[in-house]
Amino acid sequence: MSSNILEMRSITKTFPGVKALQDVTLEVQRGEIHAICGENGAGKSTLMKVLSGVYPHGTYEGDIVFDGEVVSFGSINDSEHKGIVIIHQELALVPYMSVAENIFLGNEQRGTGGLIDWNKTNAEAAKLLARVGLDENPVTPVGQLGVGKQQLIEIAKALSKEVKLLILDEPTAALNDSDSEHLLDLLRHLKGQGITSIMISHKLNEIAEIADRTTIIRDGRTIETIDMSRPESTQDRIIKGMVGRDLEHRYPERTPNIGPEVLRVENWTVWHPTQDRKVVDDASFTVRAGEVVGIAGLMGAGRTELAMSLFGRSYGRNISGQIFKRGEPVQMRTVSEAIAHGIAYATEDRKKYGLNLIEDIKRNVSAAGLHKMSRRGWVNGNEELKVAEEYRASLNIKTPSVLAVVGKLSGGNQQKVVLSKWIYTDADVLILDEPTRGIDVGAKYEIYTIINRLVAAGKAVIVISSELPELLGISDRVYTLAFGRITGQLPVQDATQERLMELMTMEKETDKVQ
Amino acid sequence: MTQVANIRELVTRNMRTSGIYIAFVVIIALFAVITDGLLLAPNNISNLVLQYSYILILAIGMVIVIIAGHIDLSVGSVVAVTGAISATIVIKNGMPWWMGVLAALGAGLLIGAWQGFWVAFVGIPAFIVTLAGMLLFRGLTLLVLDNISLSPFGKPYTTISAGFQNGLLGGPGYDVFTLVVFGIAVAGYAFSQWRSRRARLAYQQSVEAFPLFVLKILVVAAVVMWFAYQLASSRGLPNVLILLAFLIITYSLITSRTVFGRHVYAIGGNLSAAQLSGVKVKWVNFFIFVNMGFLASLAGVVFSARSNAAQPAAGNMFELDAIAACFIGGAAVTGGVGKVTGAMVGGLIMAVMSNGMQLMGIDQSVQQVVKGLVLLLAVAFDVWNKRKAGTGR
Repeated sequence: MSSNILEMRSITKTFPGVKALQDVTLEVQRGEIHAICGENGAGKSTLMKVLSGVYPHGTYEGDIVFDGEVVSFGSINDSEHKGIVIIHQELALVPYMSVAENIFLGNEQRGTGGLIDWNKTNAEAAKLLARVGLDENPVTPVGQLGVGKQQLIEIAKALSKEVKLLILDEPTAALNDSDSEHLLDLLRHLKGQGITSIMISHKLNEIAEIADRTTIIRDGRTIETIDMSRPESTQDRIIKGMVGRDLEHRYPERTPNIGPEVLRVENWTVWHPTQDRKVVDDASFTVRAGEVVGIAGLMGAGRTELAMSLFGRSYGRNISGQIFKRGEPVQMRTVSEAIAHGIAYATEDRKKYGLNLIEDIKRNVSAAGLHKMSRRGWVNGNEELKVAEEYRASLNIKTPSVLAVVGKLSGGNQQKVVLSKWIYTDADVLILDEPTRGIDVGAKYEIYTIINRLVAAGKAVIVISSELPELLGISDRVYTLAFGRITGQLPVQDATQERLMELMTMEKETDKVQ
Repeated sequence: MTQVANIRELVTRNMRTSGIYIAFVVIIALFAVITDGLLLAPNNISNLVLQYSYILILAIGMVIVIIAGHIDLSVGSVVAVTGAISATIVIKNGMPWWMGVLAALGAGLLIGAWQGFWVAFVGIPAFIVTLAGMLLFRGLTLLVLDNISLSPFGKPYTTISAGFQNGLLGGPGYDVFTLVVFGIAVAGYAFSQWRSRRARLAYQQSVEAFPLFVLKILVVAAVVMWFAYQLASSRGLPNVLILLAFLIITYSLITSRTVFGRHVYAIGGNLSAAQLSGVKVKWVNFFIFVNMGFLASLAGVVFSARSNAAQPAAGNMFELDAIAACFIGGAAVTGGVGKVTGAMVGGLIMAVMSNGMQLMGIDQSVQQVVKGLVLLLAVAFDVWNKRKAGTGR
């Protein structure tokens, strides 16, 4: 048997008008962790869909050799049957069903008479949970568990199918650092048990940490496969391969020109909408004109909740505290009031909360600023088109037309549409929640440039991000948020990742006593 | 750079909307042939408009409800109860016709506000609220009418539906006035098309080639003028058609050109995104239902005037015809997509089919089967089309 568990040879996949994959070759050795890197739209997901049978045999050119034999999958079931399991970025679990039910969904443990044997189901589930290191009762509904644990359940589900090759698409994108660490440990552990993994990831430090080899894909072609054990296989090397150019500066230069205070929040407290606990606890902070303020916090620290509760009370209940705009106290009870006071909030989940995916670019750009282009309730369609064209040009939204449907754009271009929408409202405080999540390195740089242009024009920008290097790279000042409280404030010169992490994990003394 | 679109692009680019027009033409041609031209006889066309006007009025309101991601099952009962209220005032109490009309419209607005309140401010799904409304208003109809029909309204109430504008300008065997009105309408259409084409060119958007543009307008003009001639040689311009044309133009503009209309699409396309963009979702939903109640009461007036009576069972199943018209006309089940004109064509397809099958003497039961299948196939086509275009959510 060859040392390669998988060989994909000269895979070419064409969609009407586009060559998504051209002559792509991928070789994965038995028992390794193989990372696949590439910008969004490079063809990583398409390649994995070809491999797992989502695009059935015959719709692509080239051969797939798995476990020593040429395979032709007609569907996902075929590939799973051979031991290839793919775990998608969006988890496919049913929230109201128990952990055990989810693990054996579609693969139910039958007893006599074809009825489900619940004792066996739960017992087997418990064994699988132990293998992935998850200490949960198999009868717990999945919806009660966090994203990190759900990810582990997906892996347990894969193990139940006697997986040989596990494919993970952006497994840590939605996880906090400790959950990510746990997941990477588990992958190493599975490797020890002889399970091969393919991991698609944007997080280069994780790849450097865990992958044995990395294949870089760019514009639908394989660029190279590099051995990560070699000293020259650095993150910069991978980035160079992904973007095809040296990215010496991942963050554009900016000379801060900071003006007077624009927004001040005092003693902001927000309660969870249904549970009896504070999500934001007595938070106070300020932002000045021309300043980028970063907010760092782990998942669940209350970052998004803080931002959304400020933005017209879109989240939470029993909200108390004061907001001052240019020194004057203001009330923002609804989103439209917040917009009228010049606040903008670009959400962390642009597909779910930020965009109307079935509409065109034009109508998404105008969605929050229709009042500016309408008189007595009538929208000026020509003005709308003009505005959309202006933002397409100035923010470099890559599209054949502003009449293109937003759902078809890449993540980076979708994010530019979201930014266009908020910039058009003439906001002078822009709260950007994870503005570069799920977008590729090149588009990230463009987003940073846009942020720089905004502050150069005297706007105040608040950036919420999970990526500490990003916050350090673009902010002037960083607040840390832990368990709903602001635990620190550092000028960026004094901040390091270690110092921030320390503050982000700082628990309140009284909490420990309770 | 100006791109000139060719015919094929014009058709394929918007298969979703153009498909319905093609289907409409095919269905008309089919029944015209089968019925030996009876379908297109002047009197039949005139009847067809009168017979389905109230469904079309309901479909205008319904398509807005559906675009916003709701549904309204109560409109048939609302048609009945508003007709009953009007009849009580005009027939039982002998008050003037316009008092009846105003009372019916007022009741429609109140009913709409009632349902809008539960949907928008209490947050109960429209399916439940209007299912309750369907029972509630049917029950109220029976109460108001004391379980018996009230008739006749008499003139001038019945002229709302049964009246015609005829002979204002005379004419040998056909009504010149009707032709003039339609002629002005066609000229207006051509002018607005030309203006929007110029605007699109000025903003460097792609438009169809000029000869194709002229051809399109000529075809529309020919069809419309032929239709006008048929009406003119029958009984003239029906009052209901004037009302309907006014409503279609008004609501097409409201949905496509106003902030309110945009907000309706935004809510249906992505509720959370609309909310976080400052759309006052609750108030928009409220007014969608107020408007539906208003149009349902208008349909109630038109229907009672046409049947010259208020009956306990009036408007039964109208909601289903109106909903079917919207979906056949390209509205999406998931919300966010749909057009007033699409719903009108959807409604007319149903009208032509029913009318054609009636002329052929096909049994009512078979008609229902055919209509059911057409609805299913229309939505299936839409789903298939969406999948092919790869724009499924």
